Amino acid sequence: MITTSNLSKKYNDNIVLHIDNLDIPKGQSFGLVGNNGAGKTTFFSLLLDLIQPTSGHIKNNNILVHQSEDWKPFTSSFIDESFLIGYLTPEEYFYFIGELRGQNKADVDALVSQFEDFFHGEILNQKKYLRDLSKGNQKKVGIVSALLGNPEVIILDEPFANLDPTTQIRLKKIIKDLAETKGVTVLISSHDLMHVTDVCERIVVLEKGKIVKDLATSEATLKELEAHFSGE
Amino acid sequence: MIKHFLRLEWKQYFRSSYWQKSLGLNILLVFFALYFIAMFLLGGLALYPILKKMYPDNDPFVIVNGFIFYWIIADLLMRFFFQKLPVMSVKPLLTLPIKRSSVVNFVLGKSALSFLNFLPLFAVIPFGLVLISEGYNVSTTIVWMFVMLLITLIINFLNFIIESLTAESDLSFLPLIATTSVLFALNYFNIVSFSEIVSKAVLSIAENPLLLCIPILLLVGLYLYNYRILRAKLFLDSSLKSKTQEVKVADMAWTRRFGKVAPFMQLDLKLIWRNKRPRSSVFLIVVGLLYGLFFYPNPVYQNMPWFFAFVGIFVTGIFLINFGQFVPAWDSGYYKMLMSQNITYQDYLKSKFTLMSLSVIILFVLSIPYVYFGWDILLAHFAAAIYNIGVNTHVILFGGSFNRKKIDLNQRAAFNYQGTGAMQWLIGFPLMFLPMGIFALFYYTINFESGIAALTILGLLGMVFHQKLMKFITEKYLDSKYKMINAFSQDN
Repeated sequence: MITTSNLSKKYNDNIVLHIDNLDIPKGQSFGLVGNNGAGKTTFFSLLLDLIQPTSGHIKNNNILVHQSEDWKPFTSSFIDESFLIGYLTPEEYFYFIGELRGQNKADVDALVSQFEDFFHGEILNQKKYLRDLSKGNQKKVGIVSALLGNPEVIILDEPFANLDPTTQIRLKKIIKDLAETKGVTVLISSHDLMHVTDVCERIVVLEKGKIVKDLATSEATLKELEAHFSGE
Repeated sequence: MIKHFLRLEWKQYFRSSYWQKSLGLNILLVFFALYFIAMFLLGGLALYPILKKMYPDNDPFVIVNGFIFYWIIADLLMRFFFQKLPVMSVKPLLTLPIKRSSVVNFVLGKSALSFLNFLPLFAVIPFGLVLISEGYNVSTTIVWMFVMLLITLIINFLNFIIESLTAESDLSFLPLIATTSVLFALNYFNIVSFSEIVSKAVLSIAENPLLLCIPILLLVGLYLYNYRILRAKLFLDSSLKSKTQEVKVADMAWTRRFGKVAPFMQLDLKLIWRNKRPRSSVFLIVVGLLYGLFFYPNPVYQNMPWFFAFVGIFVTGIFLINFGQFVPAWDSGYYKMLMSQNITYQDYLKSKFTLMSLSVIILFVLSIPYVYFGWDILLAHFAAAIYNIGVNTHVILFGGSFNRKKIDLNQRAAFNYQGTGAMQWLIGFPLMFLPMGIFALFYYTINFESGIAALTILGLLGMVFHQKLMKFITEKYLDSKYKMINAFSQDN
C-alpha cells in the first residue's frame, strides 16, 4: 500500500529523516516508535505531502504523494490539534469533514453514533465549540473524524497521548478492529511501547531519522523494545 | 522579586516574535508615540498663549481647569477600549513560590507605568512651567501639576474597576457609554455643572495643599479595591480561565444552492460570525457604507466626479478588502488539515470568491440611497461594484497567495496588526487607486460616461475570464503550498 524509497528530509544540512526502503502492505497495523526528534512526525508529514522531501519519494497505493493529489480520497489523518477547526462544534466538524469525503449527514451520524461510548457523553450535544473542549476530548474528535468516509489508509500521530485510560483501551480496540476486519492500513506513532505492541502487527523504531529496528510483533517484542530504549 | 518581574517583562517584550518579526511596524508605533509626545509638548507650551489670545478677558488657567471634566470623561472612554489589565501573563507564576500579593502588586504597579499615564504629563508640565514663567504662584502650580498626575492615576485604576464590573461581552461598553453620556448631558445642559465642580475642586486643592489628601486617599482606595478584585480572581477557575461560549447553531441551508462550494461557504460564514476578529470586519461594513456621507454632502467633492469611483470602490468593496486581504490566513489555524483533506484548492478559493462577490452586490444595493446626491453617483457606484466583482476579487485572491502570516482568530480586533505584512499595504494600491486612476484618466481625456464604461468593461472582462483567472490563481496557491503550511504553523 505504502512504499517509501530513498526518502530523506534535510533542514540546513541537518538530516532529520532518511529511509532507504520501507514497505507497508495493505491492511497492516503499523507502529512507529522513537524518542523525541526521531523523525516520526516528519515521516507522517511527508506522507501527507505537508512538507517536501529533499530526495526520494513515497507512494501511496502507487500514487506519488508529492506529485498527484489522488491519494487524498482514500487517506485520512489526525496529526495534532491544529487539524481541528476551533470555532465549530464537534458535530459541525464531523459534518464538514464528512462532506469533504463525500458523506452525507446520515452517513456521518451513523458512523459517529458507533463511537458514543468512546465519547463518554462529553462530545456530542454539548453546545460547545471545539476550542473550548479539553485536550483529550479534542483528540477524540480528531481521531473519529479520521475514520469518516471509509478511508483505506489512516494516519494517527500519538493517538494515545492525553487520553484517559478507559478511552485508551477503547481506542486500541477500534484500531485493531480496523486493520483486522476492514482491511484498513493503520499507521500510528507513539511513545507508549505497551500500547503500540498491543495494537500493531509491526513496529519500526526510528532513531535520529533512521530505521534501527523493524519487528513483527510477538510476545518478546515489548521486552526487546524496552531493552532498546533503556539503552541496555 | 521586583527585579525578576522586570526581567520577565523585558524578555516578554523583546523576545516576542511579534517584535522581532515586524520591525517596520514597531518603528511605526514608536513614530506614533513620538508624534503624540511632540503634539502634547507643543500643546502644553502653546496652550497658554493661544488661550490668552482667544479669550483676553479670561484667565487661561481657569479655562483649562474647566476642561478637566471633559478630559476625564474622554480619557476614561479611551482607556476602556484600549487598555486592558494584563492578567493572563501571570498564569505561569501561580505555581512558583511567589506570594499572590506581590504578583497582584506587580500587575497593578506595572499598569501605573503605562504610556497612557505619561502622555498627559507631557502637556501638563510644559503648561505648568509656562504658568510659572507668567508669574503664577510657584507652589500652587506645582501642586496643580501633582493633582493632574493623581487624576491620571485615578482614571487608570478606575478604568480597571469598571472593566471588571462590566461583563466581557460585545456590548459591555454600553453601560459606560450611557453613564458618560448622561454625565455629559447633565453638564452640557447646565443641570449639574460637573465641569465647574471639578474645576473648583482642582483649584481649591491647588491653593490649599492640605486638601491633596483627598485625591491621594481616593487613589489609595481605588488601588486597594483593584487589589481586592484581582487577588480574588487570581485563580485558574475564575478570570484566568478562558471563557467558553454557548453555541448558537444555524444550519444555513441556503448555501446549498452554491453546490460544491457549500461546505466552505458555511465554514466561512461560521468563521466570520464566531470569531472576534473577522466579526469586526462585518461591523466595519457599517462604517464603509457611511463613508460616502463624508464626501457627497460636501460641495467641494460635487465638482470632483473622478472621486466618486474611489468612494464607490470603497463603499461596495469594504468587506471584500477587509476579509479578502487575509485569505487564506483566516484558515491558518487548521491549514494543515485542509491541505491533507480531500479538497481541491479551486473549490476552496471559489467559496471565498462567491462570498466576496455576494458582499459587493449586497453593499451596492444598500448604497442605492446615495442616489439622493445625484444619479451620477449611483452610476459610479454601479461601475465600481462591477469592477470590484470582476477585477478586485481576483486581485485580492492573487495577493493572498503571498500571504505568510498566521492569524489567531480569538484575538481582539481593533489595533490588531497580527497577520499584517507588506502584502496588505501593497495590495491596497491596485485595489483602490488603480480604478480611481483609470476613471480619472478617462474622465479628463474624454468624459464622465467613458470613465464609467471603462470600469464596467474591465469588470465584465474579469467576469468573462473568471475561470481562467481562478485557474491561474489556484496554481499560485499550489506553488506556495509548502511555504504557507510552514509559515502558518509557526507561532507568533
